[in-house]
Amino acid sequence: MKNIEFRTAASAQGGLVVMAGVPGVSAGSRVSLRDHMGRLRNGLVIRSADDAVLVEVFEGTDELDLERTWVRFLDEPFRLPVSRDIMGRVFNGAGQPRDGRPPIISADRRDVNGEPLNPAARAYPREFIQTGISAIDGMNALTRGQKLPVFSGGGLPHNRVAAQIVRQAKLLGEDAAEFVVVFAAFGASHADARFFQESFEDSGVLNKVVMFLNLADEPVIERLLTPRAALTAAEYLAFDLDYHVLVVMTDMTAYAEALREVAVLRGDVPARKGYPGYLYSDLAEIYERAGRIKHRRGSITMIPVLSMPSDDITHPIPDLTGYITEGQIVLSRELANQGVYPPVAVLPSLSRLMKDGVGKNFTREDHPHVASQLFASYAKALEVRGLAAIIGAEELSEGDRRYLRFAEQFERRFIGQGEDEDRSVFETLNLAWDLLSMLPPEALIRVSEDELAKYHKWQGAE
Amino acid sequence: MGKILEINGPLVKLELRESVLGEQVRVGAIGLVGEVIGREGDSALAQLYEDTAGLRPGEAAQGLGWPLSVELGPGLLGAIFDGVQRPLHAVWARSGDRIARGVAVPALPRDRAWHFVPSPAWRETCALQGGDVLGTVQETASIQHRILTPPLLRGELIELAPEGDYTVEDVIGRARLADGRIDKLHLFHRWPVRTPRPFRRRDHAVQPLLTGQRILDTFYPLLKGGKAAIPGPFGAGKTMLQQQIARWCNAEIVIYVGCGERGNELTDVLEFMPELMDPHTGRPLMERTLLVANTSNMPVVAREASVYVGITLAEYFRDQGYDVVMVADSTSRWAEALREVAGRLGQMPVEEGYPAYLGSRLAAFYERAGRVETLAGGHGSVTLIGAVSPPGGDFSEPVTSHTKEIIQTFWALSKELADARHYPSVDWLESFSGYVPSAARWWAEHIDPGWEAARAEALDLLAASEELQRIVNLVGVEALSSEQRWTLEAAGLIKEGLLQQSAIDEVDSFASPQKQYALLAALLDIHRHGLKLVKLGAPARRLIQLPLLAQARRWKSQFASDQMDELRARIAGIPAVFEALAEEYETGGGGRAGAEGVPS
Ligand SMILES: Nc1ncnc2c1ncn2[C@@H]1O[C@H](COP(=O)(O)OP(=O)(O)O)[C@@H](O)[C@H]1O
Ligand SMILES: [Mg+2]
Repeated sequence: MKNIEFRTAASAQGGLVVMAGVPGVSAGSRVSLRDHMGRLRNGLVIRSADDAVLVEVFEGTDELDLERTWVRFLDEPFRLPVSRDIMGRVFNGAGQPRDGRPPIISADRRDVNGEPLNPAARAYPREFIQTGISAIDGMNALTRGQKLPVFSGGGLPHNRVAAQIVRQAKLLGEDAAEFVVVFAAFGASHADARFFQESFEDSGVLNKVVMFLNLADEPVIERLLTPRAALTAAEYLAFDLDYHVLVVMTDMTAYAEALREVAVLRGDVPARKGYPGYLYSDLAEIYERAGRIKHRRGSITMIPVLSMPSDDITHPIPDLTGYITEGQIVLSRELANQGVYPPVAVLPSLSRLMKDGVGKNFTREDHPHVASQLFASYAKALEVRGLAAIIGAEELSEGDRRYLRFAEQFERRFIGQGEDEDRSVFETLNLAWDLLSMLPPEALIRVSEDELAKYHKWQGAE
Repeated sequence: MGKILEINGPLVKLELRESVLGEQVRVGAIGLVGEVIGREGDSALAQLYEDTAGLRPGEAAQGLGWPLSVELGPGLLGAIFDGVQRPLHAVWARSGDRIARGVAVPALPRDRAWHFVPSPAWRETCALQGGDVLGTVQETASIQHRILTPPLLRGELIELAPEGDYTVEDVIGRARLADGRIDKLHLFHRWPVRTPRPFRRRDHAVQPLLTGQRILDTFYPLLKGGKAAIPGPFGAGKTMLQQQIARWCNAEIVIYVGCGERGNELTDVLEFMPELMDPHTGRPLMERTLLVANTSNMPVVAREASVYVGITLAEYFRDQGYDVVMVADSTSRWAEALREVAGRLGQMPVEEGYPAYLGSRLAAFYERAGRVETLAGGHGSVTLIGAVSPPGGDFSEPVTSHTKEIIQTFWALSKELADARHYPSVDWLESFSGYVPSAARWWAEHIDPGWEAARAEALDLLAASEELQRIVNLVGVEALSSEQRWTLEAAGLIKEGLLQQSAIDEVDSFASPQKQYALLAALLDIHRHGLKLVKLGAPARRLIQLPLLAQARRWKSQFASDQMDELRARIAGIPAVFEALAEEYETGGGGRAGAEGVPS
């Protein structure tokens, strides 16, 4: 069947082609489609019956002439050829080179959809990754094998934050990063892609990066393939070649929008805001490819970036993502406007795996308590700030005014830091104690009395 | 034999005569399994439990003649199964790290022998009923597996094997059925998951399910055999709370169903459960636990089945006379799986894409919880606790609102509390429990007669402080009277010293009912003593400075449940703190108040 060209296209519309009278086509098979100009397009069988086969065309169906369209069914799923040579290369969303160099030739060609990892085979991520960013390391720590997205919005410095993490991420006690990077951009602007490329270049890791780019002006439908191709490469690097892989993907919102577009064409029942009901499972197929496996050395740590439409964290894309990923780093427009970089809104941020990767044996004994105390004190401080906005700061009690000052210092000195500033987790914790020392010991009940005695330098009532 | 006509995602249209709805089918060259969900003439519509990629029209299809069923017998405990009861450890050994399609592994190990001890009461020609206990197998050190006859069996026993080692497939007995046929009996039997297992009658639930979590046990109790829901936005703590319950609750069997959630969360349970000891039996928790997993990246169709597999396993242990708890994380993913199937079948969506029967399906599912008198005449219970994941944290969405109508205990998680890392983030105003009167009887009898009043007093305090907080947020704390400020402070004490309970605090992760009540009573006592002073004219400002308040907030983490004497010694010191102050005000008639700067 692979070599037969069928010319039985019965209809074409919005990226979908119906082929008539091709019996026995396998579901999910790749399709190669040749148009009247001799150009090749890629497609996928999404529905198959003997009398009609529905094909999704990645490059779209524009300018297709049904009588002069030749279709071959390749009888296999989308596959990505993998070998060590992928390192340092740039591919398009379907895994073809876009750096002008020859294609990867390998007998090892993998189904980009992957297969679900058996939960019994997973190993729980427990190794603390120091990113050098206090808001992350101190309060929302990342571990090796975790999936921790950055929730952002238009105009916020998510790219710079992601690049800083890539530059600085290392295990405690390591001098340099042991990571290789898989970078996937879908629906990204050329400027964004260039920013990352230059950032990798500047930090001299370009030969340890594999890129998959599907830019804003490139076929939407190929976007559905891009993260899958990238993760197939990541799985190969992590679980065949034992690398610790850091996967950065941007922008998940563009991905979800592409999915919605295709769903509408297919006529799928919409759930919320026009997104199909299976958006959750579809995103999960992507995010759940992060992790560690028992008896394997490598790991996949994933940092997807997504922009929240209208800064709304309850929008289906961030919402469903948050339901799947192991936490989220939320960026705040308010902090960014005040010139705080990185503008991490710590309260809505969360690392679900932090509890198992910090503290005694991992970072420092007081770490979990200090983090919990910072959350409690800062939450209280924001409450006081809200009150001050109504009744005026003068009306506040001295105790409350202390919280106001704490909030300000915390945002400026703890959350805020330089883009090249790489703080060790111990510096971060010491800084946290400096700030907590602005508050009286009896207000700090999430840290132990021993820790208070050891680290707290109460400055006393003025 | 039939064949495939069309493949459309997980749905396949088959040419298959005489299939019935719900029947299992095996499809295609790699033998994927699924179930019939629609019939039309000679064709059947089936949904497959695994990815259909690679199937072709024309490949063979076969009806198996039975509905989706589970194997019930020794070998369940400590295991992890997928949504259609494939044992994931065995699948791992068979197909590697990733779950290959078409792997057929029986749920219960076939090669393992179990030591069977027949019940002494049995004699030949005894009348045999469904649900009778033929004998026992000590499955784990803490759990004795009672070998039951299939629930629908009617006949007489004509042979029962002597004590000895048998595999699940060995014949351990024979029964003559009413129609004269002879049935072989095994250590296991099968049961279709979508049919509730029969019992004699429903019983009243009377005993609280103790979880060691204060906000649950003391404030919004659940009974053994009850139904509860945990709704909350992502990150609010649904999974952690369910894991806490799975760890510490006083049930005998725990079924943990991971339905459409994270793979790592199951790995977590698989790693910590064997390490942790059951506070009630001192044995590793894994011995009483079993897991059903359809993680979010596993096929959606099996997700819909997974909760039924879980509840059937729960009923099976109930029928052995055990108190079983099933936690399902998350029922929303199950409802979404239902929605997806309905969408593919072209059924009319009513709200947010959900089919009209969402509410009745949810109700029928929760109906399978309960305390019952078993067929064998014993008592067992299934307590059902479902997490709900409302989109955008909006509790008015269909799954949350339907569930709220069905359950008796509602543990509403709050994003604000979770953001401030106040865990468990159970909202003390939004939550409710319909089981308080029954629980009160137990607490009064076993812990303290003052429980119900103390609970109500604490809740009143919390509600009052909410009102006061609203005033403070408008005009500042100075507008409050001393008494009101003290109320606010006492509510803060209850929130921090009692309600907040970190799962990762080794000392406080579990609190015995004794500890729960001691803390509750003590904190209320502090409030009352203070109030008396305030009424005598002591300024709240002065009271708020008392070191006792910071100390009392730490008691929960200083004294574990087995250090009640130390805790009580501290508590005994409360009156003295206030007496010292009281002298000033009683004798001085509040004279010193001015010196302390009470606002005029
Ligand atoms: N009872 C608790 N004690 C301590 N930490 C908790 C508790 N509940 C939740 N957390 C913290 O919140 C995070 C998210 O909780 P989780 O149960 O995974 O939320 P959900 O299931 O609602 O999305 C956890 O990883 C943990 O860090
Ligand atoms: Mg959860």
